[in-house]
Amino acid sequence: MAKARTFQDLILTLQNYWAAQGCLILQPYDNEMGAGTFHPATTLRALGPRPWKAAYVQPSRRPKDGRYGENPNRLQHYYQYQVILKPAPENVLDLYLGSIREIGLDPNLHDIRFVEDDWESPTLGAWGLGWEVWCDGMESTQVTYFQQVGGIDCDPVAAEITYGLERLAMYVQGVEFVYDLAFNDQFRYGEVFHQSEQEFSAYNFELADTEILFQHFKDAEKQCQQLIGGNRKFALPAYDQCIKASHAFNLLDARGVISVTERAAYIGRVRALAKACCEAWLETPMGAYKPRFA
Amino acid sequence: MPDLLLELYSEEIPARMQAGAAKDLERLTVGALSDRGLLFEGIKAFAGPRRLTLAIAGLPAKQKDVREELKGPKVDAPAAAIDGFLKKTGLTKDQLKVEKTPKGDVYIGVIERNGRETAAVLAEILPEVMGKLPWPKSMRWKPGVAVRWVRPLHSIVATFDGEVVPFSFAGVSSGRHTLGHRFLSSGKIEVRRFEDYEAALKKAHVILDADERKAIIFEGVKQAAFVHGLEMIPDEGLLNEVAGLAEYPTVLIGAIEDQFMDVPAEILQTSMRTHQKYFSLRDPRTGKMANRFAVVSNMVAEDGGKQIVAGNERVLRARLSDAKFFWDEDRKRTLDSRVEDLKGIVFHAKLGTQYERVERIAALAGEIAEKIGADVHKAKRAARLAKADLTSGVVGEVPDLQGVMGRYYALHDKEDAEVADAVRDHYKPMGPGDAVPINKVSIAVALADKLDALTGFFAAGERPTGSGDPFALRRAALGVIRIILENDVRCSLRTIVRDLDRSWEESDRGAMGTHGGEDVLVFLTDRLKVALKEKGVRYDLIDGVLSSGAEDDLVRLVARVRALQEFLKTDDGTNLLAAYKRANNIVRQEEKKDNKLYQGQGPKSIFLVEPAERALYDELQSFQRAALQKIKDERFEDVMSDMAHLRPLLDSFFSEIRVNVDDPEKREARIRLLGLIPWMLSPVADFSQVEG
Repeated sequence: MAKARTFQDLILTLQNYWAAQGCLILQPYDNEMGAGTFHPATTLRALGPRPWKAAYVQPSRRPKDGRYGENPNRLQHYYQYQVILKPAPENVLDLYLGSIREIGLDPNLHDIRFVEDDWESPTLGAWGLGWEVWCDGMESTQVTYFQQVGGIDCDPVAAEITYGLERLAMYVQGVEFVYDLAFNDQFRYGEVFHQSEQEFSAYNFELADTEILFQHFKDAEKQCQQLIGGNRKFALPAYDQCIKASHAFNLLDARGVISVTERAAYIGRVRALAKACCEAWLETPMGAYKPRFA
Repeated sequence: MPDLLLELYSEEIPARMQAGAAKDLERLTVGALSDRGLLFEGIKAFAGPRRLTLAIAGLPAKQKDVREELKGPKVDAPAAAIDGFLKKTGLTKDQLKVEKTPKGDVYIGVIERNGRETAAVLAEILPEVMGKLPWPKSMRWKPGVAVRWVRPLHSIVATFDGEVVPFSFAGVSSGRHTLGHRFLSSGKIEVRRFEDYEAALKKAHVILDADERKAIIFEGVKQAAFVHGLEMIPDEGLLNEVAGLAEYPTVLIGAIEDQFMDVPAEILQTSMRTHQKYFSLRDPRTGKMANRFAVVSNMVAEDGGKQIVAGNERVLRARLSDAKFFWDEDRKRTLDSRVEDLKGIVFHAKLGTQYERVERIAALAGEIAEKIGADVHKAKRAARLAKADLTSGVVGEVPDLQGVMGRYYALHDKEDAEVADAVRDHYKPMGPGDAVPINKVSIAVALADKLDALTGFFAAGERPTGSGDPFALRRAALGVIRIILENDVRCSLRTIVRDLDRSWEESDRGAMGTHGGEDVLVFLTDRLKVALKEKGVRYDLIDGVLSSGAEDDLVRLVARVRALQEFLKTDDGTNLLAAYKRANNIVRQEEKKDNKLYQGQGPKSIFLVEPAERALYDELQSFQRAALQKIKDERFEDVMSDMAHLRPLLDSFFSEIRVNVDDPEKREARIRLLGLIPWMLSPVADFSQVEG
């Protein structure tokens, strides 16, 4: 049980571990998104009857969480490690605990607990039951049994495991300031991302052109609807547009130009897109309930 | 007699659902057993993070045999009737007996049911009960299985008299094996009976009984604190929660860094409690919070918990750094300067911003302060500052600390101590268990805060309904009542509420248009009745006193009701009430008979000739005069003893005077005399509302 000494060791350890469990090791999705769940490998693949097993790192953008590089652990861009297993194996939690051991957290020396935390994403019309996993009082991971995505019942149920990589690494390395993390033996996390946090915080809160963003939102919404409005459903490109709309909304929200009442309406619009994409996905070959070619 | 053991072993069950699930499991099983005629000697249900367990002692091995004779139609009845009877009993015609009766021969159906083996009945009942268990939230997890459970179910132990009761639920078959602690035990555990089961679990580091886990935690924290010369700050809610988060609770002590000990104790305590589930400790000599915390882990670690403590300390440090940052930032501005910021916070769409609310509360607090002899200037100042902490960083992070933080910031700004206390205490009481403010300035602001909310939401049409009270108006009303009663605050609520209601009407908040005032008073008195009922004050007496006149001084109201309740407990009281009811009945009967109104009309006194009726008449009149004055003077006991004096007069009226005499004028005068009693007693109460 070699401790994952650096940030990239942690990622490599998880990659190897989940590869050994038979997961596809996918790469981050090339769209800005708030969480690994938005990756089509989770959102869309969680639906429909086909078995699916995948793991990947996903950069997660939360414009509002920007702190100009000054907060010890809040970032507007951070990494999630996402595992999606469909159908949920009976030993999901044991598999998870195996990964924790692999990282170097020995459950016989630490206090690992599963504390109720049900997950819900209003923008994706998705929810599930599960826990946040505590390690010595620190929330290290979220484990969820998906019940619905896009308002559609998940059948079979998929299990999702989401690690907050920076937080986990800080715990393993005993570091209190995220920028002090050893990324590898040579570079600290701050050398890679500090300037980016500063610049993007300014962009998120001050510089992003709201007129352009409003237009982006409208364009993405329109394009999404077009792609699934016809006889042939183009679920994947349509879903890309849904993700873009969601990120435009997050930026507008950070810019403070969306009032409390409008907020719910925007979330509703993104949810409508997500639902439509999910429904369309089920009519495509890979999402269909009755596979056309296996 | 044989015992049943049932264990439902799953992934981690949310702490908040465990106790309820155990109760439901017990209730549903008891119901299903008694429906099938199975009685038992004892039952106990247990719940913990990973298992629900039910132990039932002393069940019979079999159901009782049942023999039933059913009377059927006559032998010569139409064929359809006989067929119907056969269908109902499930018998054939040649199985029927014939019995001679005076009305002729009738068929008798004899049904014999042999009692089934209890084990077989259990195999039927148990999956049914599991299917009915009402989890607040449940889930599917297995492909092709629609059954729901709170979290994935892994195994079922079901034994009766040591043997497996075979059934399956959610694709899991019952058996006799379970597992111990997630990390401190390995391998399957075979169980036959509850006694071995509980002991085997204990060996496998699982404490089955939640009460035992609580005791272990409570004692553990106490002992560990004692070693450091400290004591635990009791926290029943937290104790219940952490007992649901560990199968094998182990208490460890961690340290809080000195740099955080200047941060207000409430911030530390709230951060530790809500996020980390730590118990706070204090120095028993000074009562001050100590720089140690107790964490309840689910682990006996190989290194004695060193890494666990270090980890928890690290997590806490990060959390408290955040809190300390906000605390330091917040104090860079005065509380007063934050009042302006309230213009940007909407209180409610129809009721305007927090700033507008603060202005209203300040005005009202000033008026109330004047009435109750509090410092008007301080009350207004406190009201102005009362909500300013809503814009602070700490309250933004931890909303529960509203008010508490306001007080700290006020003190930091060198505001008057009473003002600062009122900023904190104006939210009180936060619930039935919370104390009410006792300082007069605080009382004025607390009442103003609640009355403004009550009248405002009522005017806006946002009234509590049977199912929902999103603005916590019941709590506000109960708060008003408790503050008034517990502090002996004398005021006319009607005047205050009417004034407020008028100002809502006149305000430019438009679109309201609804009259809330009188409804608010009714709402308040309804809450009062509920509150007093819990203290053993009779509901009907409150109604009686309330409808005797518009009593809106709650302190007086309660004193009057209490005096009356005491009086009605006496011999004189019960007799007087009986006489009252008798008089009322007579009047009502005669009114019906004559189709005439006698109630409250008053007799022509020249027709009252007998001494007993004259005496009653005179005494009733002087009673009423005196009662009005004495109630004004709040001499309620005296009024009651006056009432006691009426009793012999009523008694002798009924024993000596006949009402239905031939002389119509005398008769009418007597009925009217009786009809006068409710009116004469009305200063005390409307006795028609009084039960008894």
